[in-house]
Amino acid sequence: MMDKKPAKLILREQEFIIPAGMTLRSAFFKVDLQPESYLAIRDGEMITDDEILQEGDKIILIAVISGG
Amino acid sequence: MKCRKCSNKAVINMRQHKLALCKEHFPIWVREQTERTIQKYHMFNKDDRILVAVSGGKDSLSLWDILWRLGYNVDGLYIDLGINGQISYSKRSQSLAERFAEQRNLFLHTISIPNEYGVSIPEMSERSTRGREKPCSVCGITKRHVMNRIALEGQYDVLATGHNLDDEVAVLFGNTLSWKSGFLVRQGPVLRASNDGLVRKVKPLCRFYEREMAAYALLTEIAYIYDECPFAVGAKSIYYKELLNRLEADRPGAKQNFYLSFLKAKANGLFSLDADSQRKDLHPCLVCGQPTTAPNKCTFCRLVESTSISS
Repeated sequence: MMDKKPAKLILREQEFIIPAGMTLRSAFFKVDLQPESYLAIRDGEMITDDEILQEGDKIILIAVISGG
Repeated sequence: MKCRKCSNKAVINMRQHKLALCKEHFPIWVREQTERTIQKYHMFNKDDRILVAVSGGKDSLSLWDILWRLGYNVDGLYIDLGINGQISYSKRSQSLAERFAEQRNLFLHTISIPNEYGVSIPEMSERSTRGREKPCSVCGITKRHVMNRIALEGQYDVLATGHNLDDEVAVLFGNTLSWKSGFLVRQGPVLRASNDGLVRKVKPLCRFYEREMAAYALLTEIAYIYDECPFAVGAKSIYYKELLNRLEADRPGAKQNFYLSFLKAKANGLFSLDADSQRKDLHPCLVCGQPTTAPNKCTFCRLVESTSISS
């Protein structure tokens, strides 16, 4: 039986490998990122954090915090 | 998750409002809410001339876009701080602000700190005791001075900045940790004009979370500078925002409640105006005429004097 292809969260140069089938919100917590600090883009569209990550998904994370 | 307005697929869920919206309805909602904030705090009206301070970032460009689309009379002000380094931060920010203005046929004032005062912010900071470790304090003093100066020279009724709720809450949190009463008294969506030369300042985005403003910029295709100012790395405000977002994840609405309950407490008289010792001692600076609490010359003029190439 073939293994499920994981999903990826991509934040600038960093990549986080996440098992498919998990919600985006759970994935954030799994890699110790705060959902409130990022927007997530899949296939060019913003998605909400209740979305279930599919096999091979590439989710681009946009950091929203700025300061100084 | 579906959009509350039309049942299409939602692109953003705002847990503190229990509201999810699609890509069409979210920008409309942001503009409606901005208008409500403007009215609620009596910020300005359609006859006023507004100057919006733009940095090239998501918040200030979004604010300019929103005010323009709402039909307000609004010009922009970009301040070139001379912060470049490897990522050409100021140059790229300026070109984004200029492109934004050109595309919408809006007027943008551009003030170059290196050209006007002979030194960039990093140079000013290196030469000053105030900024040896980080130029953020020198940068803040300079921006406040120039924004006030251009707003007064241009006879604008009001200066608008793109501070969002996360910015406000990070400042509030920092000031509360050390009970900086003067700063707490002065914090709010509107800073009133004074007869002695301080322009009225307003923050029309003060009730939006930072994430919502980033979403607005993305969904309305506003090109903004994504890279952070190179000097902001390790800034206290960013640390506070991350802490507060951790709290928000467990308790949706915690940031909003902290800010709004602070404003309510202030309106109910929790903080005495006497706590703001600075306000009473304002007098005009001998060099620039802007109000200051410092003896003779304001902090900015002393900074320029002590750090310019000729000194």
